[in-house]
Amino acid sequence: MKPAPLSYIRPDTAEEAVAGLAEHGADARILAGGQSLMAMLNLRLVEPKALIDISQIDELRSIRIDGNMIEVGAAVTQAEFLAWPQLKEHAPFIAKALPWVGHFQTRNRGTVCGSIAHADPSSELPLSLALLEGEVVLRSKSGTRHLKASEFQTGMLQTARRDDEMITAVRFPADVGTKGAAFREVARRHGDFAIVSVGAVAADQGAVRVAVGGVADRPACIGIEASLTVSDMTDRIERLAWELGGYDDIHASARYRRDLVRRLVPIIIGEVRACAK
Amino acid sequence: MREVTKDEVVRISLELNGKTVSGNATSRMLLTDFLRNELGLTGTHVGCEHGVCGCCTVRIDGVAARSCLMLAVQADGRRIDTVEGLAASKDALNALQRAFRKHHALQCGFCTAGILMSFSDFLSRKQNPEEDEVREVLGGHICRCTGYDGLVKAIMEAAAEMRGETPSNAGAA
Repeated sequence: MKPAPLSYIRPDTAEEAVAGLAEHGADARILAGGQSLMAMLNLRLVEPKALIDISQIDELRSIRIDGNMIEVGAAVTQAEFLAWPQLKEHAPFIAKALPWVGHFQTRNRGTVCGSIAHADPSSELPLSLALLEGEVVLRSKSGTRHLKASEFQTGMLQTARRDDEMITAVRFPADVGTKGAAFREVARRHGDFAIVSVGAVAADQGAVRVAVGGVADRPACIGIEASLTVSDMTDRIERLAWELGGYDDIHASARYRRDLVRRLVPIIIGEVRACAK
Repeated sequence: MREVTKDEVVRISLELNGKTVSGNATSRMLLTDFLRNELGLTGTHVGCEHGVCGCCTVRIDGVAARSCLMLAVQADGRRIDTVEGLAASKDALNALQRAFRKHHALQCGFCTAGILMSFSDFLSRKQNPEEDEVREVLGGHICRCTGYDGLVKAIMEAAAEMRGETPSNAGAA
């Protein structure tokens, strides 16, 4: 229950951090808040040769509005994002989902970008990024690229990040869900990993965009048009539940997960429509 | 840039409960082990070592967090507060500790240090919490003795006392 021997590197700038990644590649891991990575190190699920600690890099600590995007730097904690004065106004969905991320004590150190980098299929922040169609900013020595949420997360704990790249920020479109946003999840204890999580925002022309986490290997999104009849909607949700499949683990069976999709998705659509009125 | 190689032992200095202290650490040493084994402060308990149980919660630059999910080398130059720093003296428990005693908010005491540290942060940010909010923060801890009700009562009463709403001699030592 202790990390294997490793080198600890604490760069002062993002440039130094990517230089470290260029040198160590797959042997290095970026440490930000450590709320997933440190547990994995303690359990020896990962044994990197080097840790690159970016938590003290000032240039990664900002939350800012850039055009129509909200950009959250890689060292910003979940607690800091939750306390951002403009969160409710510009990102009402995240304001609802973020209190479900871990616990008070883990949000104090866990970062927004770290949760997205970790890419747990049941996590709230990857679900938020997928639902709001945000993007991930990846930097390496050879430059910077922006990947859409759907391009970034490729599977369970799998992303399109190259070994020499680090996430410097994630970008959420501002003002999505201002006409309605809702989030729900089922877990054994509030703050524990969700068995199934669902989020939804009001989209154009009365449609509702829904994201489901914890069932497939990554969050999945569907659109529910306003014109859909109740029985068509039920069919659509039924199809979604079977498409996502679900997985068995110690917390729940695949069948139970599919059943939660059938029950939670109609509720969340109703909640979004109720706020839109 | 700071680098500590895997075989290196480095000197770490930090402000612990208001005093500057230092000790030796390797790169992979957890803050919990540094506090307990290197500095001899065993009030911070070690439970699950993966951030779930909450026993090892301390305050890092004032903010409650798991010390099992932080490396000792990350604490260099930072301000760390542990349960040992709460009471002014053995006979002068703080308001939160007194309320814990009065409401039987602990039995075996294993989880207690972590819970005290979480709420010393939370109540400094939120002077007038709702019971639901207290339960939400308490959700980051596992207590197998109390059933949590005594904890909730104690925390609500301590919050009231800290606001100056109840006599400060309630449950005095």
